[in-house]
Amino acid sequence: MANTNDTMTVKVWRGDKNGGAYQQFVVPRQDNQTVLDVVSWIQQNQDPNLSYRFACRVGMCGSCAMMVNGTPRWTCRTHVNKVLDANTLVVAPLRNLPPIKDLVADMDPFFDKWIDAGGHHDPSASRYDAMPQIAPDDAQRAVANESIECINCAVCYAACDTVAHNENYLGPAALQRAWTLYNDEKVNDTDAVLAAVSGKGGCHNCHSQGSCSLYCPNELNPMRAIAGLKAATIKHQLKRGR
Amino acid sequence: MNIRLYMAQRLSAIIMIPLVFGHLGVMIYAIQGGLSAGEILSRTQGSVFWFMFYGLFVIAVSVHGAIGLRTIMSELLRWNDIALDAIMWGFGLLSIFMGARAVSAVTWL
Repeated sequence: MANTNDTMTVKVWRGDKNGGAYQQFVVPRQDNQTVLDVVSWIQQNQDPNLSYRFACRVGMCGSCAMMVNGTPRWTCRTHVNKVLDANTLVVAPLRNLPPIKDLVADMDPFFDKWIDAGGHHDPSASRYDAMPQIAPDDAQRAVANESIECINCAVCYAACDTVAHNENYLGPAALQRAWTLYNDEKVNDTDAVLAAVSGKGGCHNCHSQGSCSLYCPNELNPMRAIAGLKAATIKHQLKRGR
Repeated sequence: MNIRLYMAQRLSAIIMIPLVFGHLGVMIYAIQGGLSAGEILSRTQGSVFWFMFYGLFVIAVSVHGAIGLRTIMSELLRWNDIALDAIMWGFGLLSIFMGARAVSAVTWL
């Protein structure tokens, strides 16, 4: 198929952890077409061996993130019209994560760091205790609420230059989760949360470049959450020192 | 970068802010009237104020620069912790030594 106004050029990264190269496809243009639609069209019509990952297709599950023309994006909610450059799309697996095959990145480092940053619920009460009453307009709850819409898509992790240059760095998503837990009254040991983000790869490595907040598809602000953690850890350290 | 290094770097930065402006002001003032080196030294030598001013400046710069260099080497060249700590302490102590020599030469009688 020749490349006409009704079609576009799509360069798709093919390979695995040992390396790879871009393969070029010509794909029909359609109204309201998403990048995920394009990748699916290639897999269904041109090359069934193309590997990629998706589930919900509506921006809920966070599994379809890829690099699109050099920018990390949730492909199911990214319209081709908005990102097409010179009638060309360049699609690659997420940056800062090892590729498994083609467009599928290995998410293990991302989720391992989520755990390392204390990203699990450590309850302050058992099922036999009364539920803590937290007013929805409580100031601390409002801070905790800011980040709870994170879908773990790893777009912020792929966008972060500190992650790219520091393999120990926990990354924006894991640190943002830690900030949510720190502000959650139902969490038992908030000192443990601060300890988890104060080590070698902790929040203090952030250079506040803000790519996480710029590219987050849910318009969350991990940079602000990390700044909150920096302030909280310093206050905690000063209090301990007295 | 851990929390102790982070705090040391931020604290040294806070100390440096007024000192940098003070240093710039002194430089501009000193060249306006065409002060000679001898005239400058006659004002600084034996001055506890200038000894404290530039002594504190040297310490803050050494701490701040050494930790910054450690971070740059970590992210740019991915050195291991031993090499990073070695360059941080080496650069920091060298800066303090050279700075202390300069401060003592200008402020001691």
